[in-house]
Amino acid sequence: MEFWRLYRRNRSAVFGMIILLVVFLLAGSAALFFPDDPFSLAGKPMSAPGENGFSLGSDTLGRDVAAGIAHGARTSLMIGGLATAVAVLLGVMLGGLAGYFGGWIDDVLMRVTEIFQTIPSFIFAILIVAIIKPSINSIIIAIAVVSWPAVARLVRGEFISLRNREFVQACHIVGMGDVRIMLREILPNCLSPIIVAGSLMVATAILIESGLSFLGLGDPNIISWGFQIGAGRTVLRSAWWVCTFPGIAILLTVLAINLVGEGLNDALNPRLRDHK
Amino acid sequence: MTAINPPLLDISQLFVRLPAGAERDHAVEDVSYTLANNEILCLVGESGSGKSITARAIMGLLPAPHVRVDQGKILFNGEDLTQANAARLRQVRGSEISMIFQEPMTALNPVLTIGQQIDEVIRFHANLTKQERRERALKQIADVHLPDPERIIKAYPHELSGGQRQRAMIAMALAMEPQILIADEPTTALDVTTQAQILKLIKELQTNHDTGVLFITHDFGVVADIADRVAVMQNGQIVEIDVTDKVLNNPQHPYTKSLIKAVPSLVPRPARKLSEQKELVVKDLTKTYRSGGRFFGFGKSEHVVHATDSVNIQLHKGETLGVVGESGSGKSTLARCIVRLIDAEAGQILYQDVDLRPLNRAAMRPYRSKIQMVFQDPYASLNPRSKVGRIIADGPIILGSSPADAEKRAREMLEIVGLDVRAYDRYPHEFSGGQRQRIGIARALALDPEILVADEPVSALDVSIQAQILELLAEIREELQLSMIFITHDLRVAAQVCDRIAVMKLGKVVEEGLTADLFEKAQHPYTRELLSAVPGRDWLPNKGAIT
Repeated sequence: MEFWRLYRRNRSAVFGMIILLVVFLLAGSAALFFPDDPFSLAGKPMSAPGENGFSLGSDTLGRDVAAGIAHGARTSLMIGGLATAVAVLLGVMLGGLAGYFGGWIDDVLMRVTEIFQTIPSFIFAILIVAIIKPSINSIIIAIAVVSWPAVARLVRGEFISLRNREFVQACHIVGMGDVRIMLREILPNCLSPIIVAGSLMVATAILIESGLSFLGLGDPNIISWGFQIGAGRTVLRSAWWVCTFPGIAILLTVLAINLVGEGLNDALNPRLRDHK
Repeated sequence: MTAINPPLLDISQLFVRLPAGAERDHAVEDVSYTLANNEILCLVGESGSGKSITARAIMGLLPAPHVRVDQGKILFNGEDLTQANAARLRQVRGSEISMIFQEPMTALNPVLTIGQQIDEVIRFHANLTKQERRERALKQIADVHLPDPERIIKAYPHELSGGQRQRAMIAMALAMEPQILIADEPTTALDVTTQAQILKLIKELQTNHDTGVLFITHDFGVVADIADRVAVMQNGQIVEIDVTDKVLNNPQHPYTKSLIKAVPSLVPRPARKLSEQKELVVKDLTKTYRSGGRFFGFGKSEHVVHATDSVNIQLHKGETLGVVGESGSGKSTLARCIVRLIDAEAGQILYQDVDLRPLNRAAMRPYRSKIQMVFQDPYASLNPRSKVGRIIADGPIILGSSPADAEKRAREMLEIVGLDVRAYDRYPHEFSGGQRQRIGIARALALDPEILVADEPVSALDVSIQAQILELLAEIREELQLSMIFITHDLRVAAQVCDRIAVMKLGKVVEEGLTADLFEKAQHPYTRELLSAVPGRDWLPNKGAIT
């Protein structure tokens, strides 16, 4: 396949995809290997890796770190994916409208976008989660709210450059409606940069979620990597494994997603394609 | 030529290799030619014929390492430039051989003044004091007939017009009095009157300085005006090389013959009988562009441009009306106002006694199919993500055809414009420029229009393809009884296509008349200026021995 041929040229992107697949497998098989609730007290607290049947050790309350990582992978991927989907949807809608219509619609929408961009995103996310009750929904909303302006800017730029192209003018001349022009003529032509930006945004979303959970603003009923690190923070010197393994999981996942994003960019961006 | 006096430039059996996977193995294959002092050699050919690559090979400017000289010699005063090292090539470039490019805006550095850029060339190659360099730069600027050298030397490229920038480029290229000047389509981006001036300037400087000029062009009119000898290139090979008169008036190679045959003649074709019935009347159409100086969309604009200024034109039934003019004359704006892509602020566009100008989108819809447009750039006018079939069928579907009918119609249209019906399921990138333009025409015809507005439909195409598209337009015009508004900057094309011509300048129609009348006895000085600037106007193609 053409796309795969282009993607394969970037070796590190293939490597990233392999890691990402492993994370997906881990998330998918979590219930199989660790059927118990990751919050359950499985054995002796503070067991080192390999001791008492804990492959990656246990934390201060005797929860299995390995089970937490497996179940946490689900949380991370789900929140990363959902929050990005919401942000991209919102960003494409607002950016598309602003770029396509221009004029006062553009002015208004872009000023609103700028207001969102002036607030540091992590602090803004904390604020939102703190105002709404910490739950999986509020975390997703918070991440989406701080992430969409970047997409909106990107999509607006693409729409502005495409809306005056001759093929779009040809659609106006046959009397095609605005919605149809936006969705069927312009949008397919700017999917590549949106996909690339979206893939990188998943990584940021996972980081924000981990940060929120670390600060105790995560959903208390769902295990996540950030929560695990937060729980192990106080015993970092006596039980290093509690923080370290979830940390490595975050590092590898975010790295893998970034590599995949780079690879997508190389494969989908026609300007880069010729620089072999 | 004798052994003691080798030619200035002697290229023998030059091969330039292309990277693997390119269209052909060699960009340039077994090319040999010579260039003498005080001679203009024109390299002519269509896009992709390898004419620019040979010039770049001389300058050592090939995009290494993928494209490189494979075999052959480039002897410059007996020295083989293919063997020269980078330092020697740097020395040669700019002082002994220099080059001017197609687009002076991108070839000049926008953040340096013209004076600084000329100074840079002189400083690199000659050991002169600052004052001497400045005097030399001023003299160069005066030599290319730029007004007020003292001002130009301090000007930035964006402060000059296109023609002035090209003059500045020439001043820079000739600063060190090179023995060879390579000109790569130096007038292609310029208006026809400016082009005529630049050609005259190159010829004048070449005679004064005894320079050998290698002039690359695709335009046989320019060749007729300027060349001493001509080399015709096709697919990387020189198919014919001889003195200008022989190549133009008695070409030997079939490819040369076909190229020259495709050049439209300046003699208007016989007038057709015109219908009295008026299809479209444009009255006092005015469109003004405003920009700058605004805050949040409020307040007064700083720059006001009258793109069209009280334009009046009439289109009779079945007639082709040419709208000619240079860039910025407002001809494209006029076309876009008529098809209602742009809203004009005053005037009338009367179609069957209905004024289309004030209609909103819904009210305009029934008239959309009546007036259709063909665009200039075949690469930008088709959505790269849509299949050809959908591009053509979309229009009928929007206007209420069932998808099955629209598909049938689209296939019919493909046949009418001379494309394989299998094109229906392909994407635009699988087609060449000429084929894409056919698809664009099919799209316009699918709605069964009565008026076709064609905005420079052939100016992005090679001359042989251009001839085919013009022929196609003439055929469908007869067959479908179309009235056509044909926008062009090329008077040769206008002479062959249009029944009547309106000449535009700075947003106004300065003259309008039957094609033959306009070419024979133009009234307005601007029309006469345009006509006299057409390159190669004294050369009549298609006459003589061409069969």
